[in-house]
Amino acid sequence: MFILFGVFLLTFLIIISIAIIRVKSLFSAVMLSGIFSLLMAANFFILDAADVALTEAAIGAGITTVLFLAALALTRETEQRETHSRVPLLVLAIAAAPIIFATFDKPRLGDPNAPVHQHVAPWYLEKTPELIGIPNVVTAVLGSFRGYDTLGEVFVIFTAGIGVLFVFGVHQRKAAISGGELAQQARGIRHHLIPRIIGKIFIPVILLFALYVQFHGEYGPGGGFQAGAIFAAGLILYSLLEGVDKALQKFPPKVLPWFVASGALLYALVGFVCLALGGNFLDYSVLHSNPVVGQHIGLILIEIGVGVTVFGVMLSIFLAFAARESK
Amino acid sequence: MSFANHVIIFLVAVPLAVAPVISLLRVRHLPWLMACITSLFVFVLSIQLTQSVLHSGDVTYALGSWPAPYGIELRAGALTAMMTVIVSGVSTMALWFGRYGIYVEVGEQRAHYFYAAWMLVLAGLLGIAVTGDAFNVFVFMEISSLATYVLIAGGPDRRALTAVLKYLIMGTIGATFYLIGVGLVYMMTGTLNFADMEIRLADVENLRPVLVAAGFITVGLALKAAIFPLHVWMPNAYTYAPSAVAVFLSACSTKIALFILLKFDFFVFQKNLAGHDVQFSWFLMPLAAIAIIFGSAVAINENNIKRLLGYSSVAQLGYILMGASFVTYLGLSGGILHIFNHALIKATLFMAVACVFYRVRSAELKDFAGIAQKMPWTMAAFVLAGVALIGVPFTAGFTSKWLLIKAALEAGVVGYLLLAVVLIGSLMALVYVWKVVELAYFKPATADLSRVSEAPLMMRIPLWIMVLMTLYFGIDPSYPVRLANAAAVSLLGHLS
Repeated sequence: MFILFGVFLLTFLIIISIAIIRVKSLFSAVMLSGIFSLLMAANFFILDAADVALTEAAIGAGITTVLFLAALALTRETEQRETHSRVPLLVLAIAAAPIIFATFDKPRLGDPNAPVHQHVAPWYLEKTPELIGIPNVVTAVLGSFRGYDTLGEVFVIFTAGIGVLFVFGVHQRKAAISGGELAQQARGIRHHLIPRIIGKIFIPVILLFALYVQFHGEYGPGGGFQAGAIFAAGLILYSLLEGVDKALQKFPPKVLPWFVASGALLYALVGFVCLALGGNFLDYSVLHSNPVVGQHIGLILIEIGVGVTVFGVMLSIFLAFAARESK
Repeated sequence: MSFANHVIIFLVAVPLAVAPVISLLRVRHLPWLMACITSLFVFVLSIQLTQSVLHSGDVTYALGSWPAPYGIELRAGALTAMMTVIVSGVSTMALWFGRYGIYVEVGEQRAHYFYAAWMLVLAGLLGIAVTGDAFNVFVFMEISSLATYVLIAGGPDRRALTAVLKYLIMGTIGATFYLIGVGLVYMMTGTLNFADMEIRLADVENLRPVLVAAGFITVGLALKAAIFPLHVWMPNAYTYAPSAVAVFLSACSTKIALFILLKFDFFVFQKNLAGHDVQFSWFLMPLAAIAIIFGSAVAINENNIKRLLGYSSVAQLGYILMGASFVTYLGLSGGILHIFNHALIKATLFMAVACVFYRVRSAELKDFAGIAQKMPWTMAAFVLAGVALIGVPFTAGFTSKWLLIKAALEAGVVGYLLLAVVLIGSLMALVYVWKVVELAYFKPATADLSRVSEAPLMMRIPLWIMVLMTLYFGIDPSYPVRLANAAAVSLLGHLS
C-alpha cells in the first residue's frame, strides 16, 4: 500500500510540475502550484513527517497561494511571450544526473541498518522521555537538542520580514484594493456571497485551531511555525473577505513590526536567561530546579516566540503586497 | 557564569538579539549608534577569542549543554578566529565610516530596518565562522544571505534591485547545492558534526553518495565564494550596493564561503576520499590561474570603479584559491594570509571610492578626472591601498604574495607557470590601479568640480586608520602570519 501511494503521489507530482511549467494562464499556474504543495504535504505525511506536512499545507498551499493571487491582482493574468533559453534545462540535467547517480549506493528508505538510524537518532529516541519528558521527539530535537538551529530559522523568517518591510513597507491609507475587488480580479468570482459567509464562519475556527497547534507541539505534530502560519492565514482570509482597508484598521501597520521583532527577541532572550542562570546558551534545564520542568518552560517560551514572529512576518508580507497602490 | 567561557556564543548571539531591538528604534541616529556599539563589542570579543585560541588551542562550546554530536557544537581554531576578527573589524569600520553615506543613500525613513539587517549579516557571517556543525552553517548562511540581499537592495540606484535578484538566484542555487551535499553526507553517516563526520566517513568512503556530496558542496560553496567562472553575480552586486555595504561585503562575504569550502574539503573529505587532495589541486589550480588573469583583464577594461574593484576581487580570490590548491604548508598559509590582507586592502579601496561617491555622486571613471586636487586625502589613501593591492614591499599585499611565490617555487614545473601568473597578475593590478591614479592626478577635470570638497572628517578618519593598518601589517605582519601559520598547520593536520 505504502509503495502504491508513494508511486501514485510522486507520479502525480511530476505531471503537475510539467503542467505548471507549460500552462500559459498564470491563474492556473497558481492553482496548480497549490495542488503541488498539497501533494507534497501528502508525501511528507506518508513519510511520517506530520509536522512538516502541516507546515507545507498551511504555508505552501494556503498562504503562498493567497500571496500569488494578491500579486496576480497587481499584474496580468497570462504569461508574456518570451523565447525560452535552453540553458536552465541543461543546468537542471547536469545537476540531476549526479543525484540520480548517488542514489545507487544509498541505503533503502526505512532500512533500520542505515547510518541515519544507527547514530544519533536512537539516542534522541531513548533519552527524550528521560531528559525532556515529552512524547514528541521531533519537538525535543527542534526545540532543545538542536534549538540553536531553530533559533537561526526564526531569525531567517525575521530577516525575511525585515526585508519586505524595508523594500515595500506597509502603509495605512494607501490600500487601494478591497477584498471584494481582489477576489474578483484574482479569481473572477462574481457571486462571492457564499464563500464570504462560509469564510466568516471559518475564521474563528482557524484561529482557535492555530492556538491548539501552538500549545500541542510537545504531544503531537505542531508548534510555533505551523501555529503562526495558520493564525496569519485566518487573518489573511479576513482581509480577503472584508477588504484590506478594514484589516489594516484592525491591525494597524505600526503594530506589525512589534510582532515581527518580539518573537525573535523572546527566543534569543530565553537563551541569555539560561546563561545568566549558570547554564550554557539555550540550556533550558537551569530555568527550574527540576531540569525536566525547566526544559518544558523553555520549550513553551521559545515556541511562543516562534509563533509570534512567524505570524507577524506572514501578515506583514501579505499586507505589504495587498496594500500596495495599484497603478 | 564565567564570561570567558561564553565569548564564542556572544559573538553570534549578541548581534542576533540586537537586530530585533534595532528594527524597532525609529529615533534618528540611534539605530546607527547601537549597531556601531554592538559591532565594536563583537570585535573586542573576537580579539579575545583569537588570543585564547593562540594560547590554549581550539575553543569549543556545547549549545544547550548537549554534547556533540547530539547537540550543536561551536568550535574555533586559528582560521575561525581570524575570520571573526576580519568580519567584526571590517563591519565596525564600515559602520563608522558609512554613517553619512547611508543616510543619503538609504534614507532616514527606513534606516532602522537597514541597520537591523546589517546586524543579521554580521551575526550570520560570524555564526558560519564559529560553528562546528554542517547544517548550522546552512542556517546561518540563510540568515546572512537574506540580510545581504536586503542591504544591497538599499542601494540608491534602481538597478540595485536587478543586481540583487541575480545575486538572490545564484546565492539560492549555491546554498541549495550545499544543502544537497550535506543531506547526502548525513544520509551516509547519520551525523552533522564536522569532527564526527570526519571519523564516520571512513566507513563509507568512496561510496557514490559521498563522492557526489563532495561535488555538490564544492560547487555550491564555489558559487557563494564567487570563484571563477561562478563570479558573474558579484561585481554588479557590489556596484549597486550602498557604498558602506560594498566595503563590508567585499571584505567578508565571499571569504566566509571560501572558509567553509576549505573547512569541508580539508577537515572532512581530504582524509576520506582517495586522491581527494590531488583532485582538489587539479580542479582549483587552473581556475585560480584563469581567475587572476581574467579578473584583472576585465578590471583593466572597466569604466566604473566599483565594478573595477569587483573584478579585481575575482582576481584576488584567485590568489587565495591558488594558495589553497597547492595543499602545502606554505601555500595554505600564503592563501590564508591573503584572505586577511585582501580584506583589509579591498575594504580600504572601497572606502576611498565611497568618499568620492559621497561628493561626486558617481563611480564612473571619467568623473574621477582631476579629483585628487579637490580630495587629496581620499586619493592619497586610494593610492596607498592600490599600491598594497599590487603587492609592493612594505605593504600588506606583499607578504602574502611573497609566501605564494615561495610556495610556487616548491611546486616544480607547474609552480613556475603559476609564478608567472602571480607576477603577470600583479602587473595587471598595476595597470588598473594606475588607470585611476593617472586620471585623478594628471588629467584636468572634465566635469564641474568647483563644489566638490574633501570628504567629511568622520569618513576620512576610519579610511586612514585602514590605510595605516595596511601599511602596518606590511611592515610587521607577525600577528596575521602567526594566525595563518597555525591555520595551515591545523588544515594539514587532517590530511594524513
